[in-house]
Amino acid sequence: MAAAAPSVVATTAGASTAVLSPRPAPTSAFLRRTHVTSHRHPTLKCRRAGPLTPAAAAAAAAGGSSPSSAVFHGEAFVVGDNIDTDQIIPAEHLTLVPSKPDEYRKLGSFAFAGLPSAAYPTPFVAPGEESTRYAVIVGGANFGCGSSREHAPVALGAAGARAVVAESYARIFFRNSVATGEVYPLELADAGAWKECKTGDVVTVDLGNSVFINHTSGKEYKLKPIGDAGPVIEAGGIFAYARKTGMIASKAAA
Amino acid sequence: MASSVSAAAKASAAFTHKKELAAATAPAPTQHRAGTGRRTKACRVRAVASPARAPRAPASTGSVKTAMTMTEKILARASERAGLEPGENVWVDVDVLMTHDVCGPGTIGIFKKEFGEDAKVWNREKVVIIPDHYIFTSDERANRNVDILRDFCMEQNIKYFYDIKDLSNFKANPDYKGVCHVALAQEGHCRPGEVLLGTDSHTCNAGAFGQFATGIGNTDAGFVLGTGKALLKVPPTIRFVLDGEMPPYLLAKDLILQIIGEISVSGATYKSMEFVGSTVESLNMEERMTLCNMVIEAGGKNGVVPADETTFKYLEGKTSVDYEPVYSDAQARFFSDYQFDVSKLEPVVAKPHSPDNRALARECKDVKIDRVYIGSCTGGKTEDFLAAAKVFLASGKKVKVPTFLVPATQKVWMDVYSLPVPGSGGKTCSQIFEEAGCDTPASPSCGACLGGPRDTYARMNEPMVCVSTTNRNFPGRMGHKEGQIYLASPYTAAASALTGYVTDPRDFLM
Repeated sequence: MAAAAPSVVATTAGASTAVLSPRPAPTSAFLRRTHVTSHRHPTLKCRRAGPLTPAAAAAAAAGGSSPSSAVFHGEAFVVGDNIDTDQIIPAEHLTLVPSKPDEYRKLGSFAFAGLPSAAYPTPFVAPGEESTRYAVIVGGANFGCGSSREHAPVALGAAGARAVVAESYARIFFRNSVATGEVYPLELADAGAWKECKTGDVVTVDLGNSVFINHTSGKEYKLKPIGDAGPVIEAGGIFAYARKTGMIASKAAA
Repeated sequence: MASSVSAAAKASAAFTHKKELAAATAPAPTQHRAGTGRRTKACRVRAVASPARAPRAPASTGSVKTAMTMTEKILARASERAGLEPGENVWVDVDVLMTHDVCGPGTIGIFKKEFGEDAKVWNREKVVIIPDHYIFTSDERANRNVDILRDFCMEQNIKYFYDIKDLSNFKANPDYKGVCHVALAQEGHCRPGEVLLGTDSHTCNAGAFGQFATGIGNTDAGFVLGTGKALLKVPPTIRFVLDGEMPPYLLAKDLILQIIGEISVSGATYKSMEFVGSTVESLNMEERMTLCNMVIEAGGKNGVVPADETTFKYLEGKTSVDYEPVYSDAQARFFSDYQFDVSKLEPVVAKPHSPDNRALARECKDVKIDRVYIGSCTGGKTEDFLAAAKVFLASGKKVKVPTFLVPATQKVWMDVYSLPVPGSGGKTCSQIFEEAGCDTPASPSCGACLGGPRDTYARMNEPMVCVSTTNRNFPGRMGHKEGQIYLASPYTAAASALTGYVTDPRDFLM
């Protein structure tokens, strides 16, 4: 899964800044992000992990040979080490079946409902809302440990998050994220980034250049290339990818 | 099946030629091989484990070319490969796919969406569907999810569906089992050398049988339902050599909590954990399950215990399916090795809120508790209740905090009510529990281990402190986000119930 991406991806930070320079100021980017969020379909179907800004479009065009060139921009929601699936989606909500569209949406509204309120006073999804204002989740080591519930990446994706940027992942969460195409599980090259970020920071995830930028703190972090998993997530999960690439017949049997 | 059997026999022929790892590492005699032993020496051949085999092609009977660990061998056989290395991605044929009421409906939804409304599962005899999570609840969606499973099993003519319809009395449901991982073992679905995938992270429990068993998500399971195949990355193996006589106050739960405390909750991420050594050989099947059950709590992909006489004896009469155990080669490469002298270990707990937050039970003697929970796939088996009963019997006292007992399966429940506890003069566990003032053993299910619907029996709806024989103590795990869970062995749990504090069971057992 974690095969190295083509070397073209490994551009320098300077290059990535150049690519990103046409990005509008954070406030207007928010508007755009909100706009994109409203485009999201509350079903399991493939969502386009398409470019969100003109800068992203430019990056996509420039990095044509790179397997994943999407750019996500918005506010970060920051959590710590060993965030387990009970905190991502408490078991009492597992009666919701992710393959049913209305229950899928509902799962999103409970995303991160299990985080202890003392340590995390700001909820990921505001009360009464179905989706989150945070496009990117920043975590520490072993993100998604615990149960095999696919409801976990589904809840994050259904709430509107596009990517998780963490130091490492528990195996099943990583796999489920890719298989469903719900969120990009991106790994930071170095440890400790989550300690330098706080919830609400304005961040950019640039897959094509494998960088994670915190505009609020002005710091930039290298991401490990997502490799072959990128196109699978971009397609919307393994089934959509297999159809898109001709591995399986393009339409389910009637 | 016929072709895959011969392919399996072909692939495994290469493995049986050399000395086995266990023999090379453990000081005690460990030649428990059976079943495939035709090419090996000095093995007792048991009828149950030495099924008739398709003849092997001469080319397949050469010497070992690639030394492999047990996990690598199982995956090599399942992918019809002569050899493979950790890190390789291989397509494996799945022998058993298990799902339950929490992930089954979603899996079925994906299967239908991707393969079509009229699609058939790849093999109706290899799909095992076990309602167990949210059963005894008035939650309508939870009830509906069991109905979805039933409709699907009827439509697909699934052979192994352990249904429940009468929620008011589980005994009125002869097919109902209870907790999937224990039911899988009791119903003979855990077989050495095979590949078991389940939509539950504790599927690794079945590694106790020398089976490759791991948890997967709904989407992967939907794919398996349609094709019988899964793409798996071969994990490197960490070997844990446990030697020494098990002290009478320790249980397998202490061993695995010890190990997780040692390597951390991510110490085995993407890796296989193989348990060998004289202590492991001395453990019964249920204790081996406890070891393997919690490898996921160290991030492990799977855990394995080499199959031996204990395994074959347990399986007698439980399955008519031919199976062929495999074992690590002496030259197999392990990612790392850990050695434990079990005779020197003490009872341990995992403090809130992480399974690797290890402490000696006696170090926590000032921790006041509100309740004790004995149950789940990890700590709700017959041996777990016998262990708890032993402590209550030895003390002759009454519990000081509410003590909840949830047998994992209907079979365990029967054992609790019928098996005499050794040294009790013929009393059953249930009688001893009643005398000690415990709650009446409840209907078998996953119960409160993972919280579940609000009306779940013994769910922690208040921020309390609980000593539990379950597997996870993450924030909110048993229901309340501010609840505190101390994971412990059934001995320690029972001892703690008697004092109202976290208590080392030696206070009662010695």
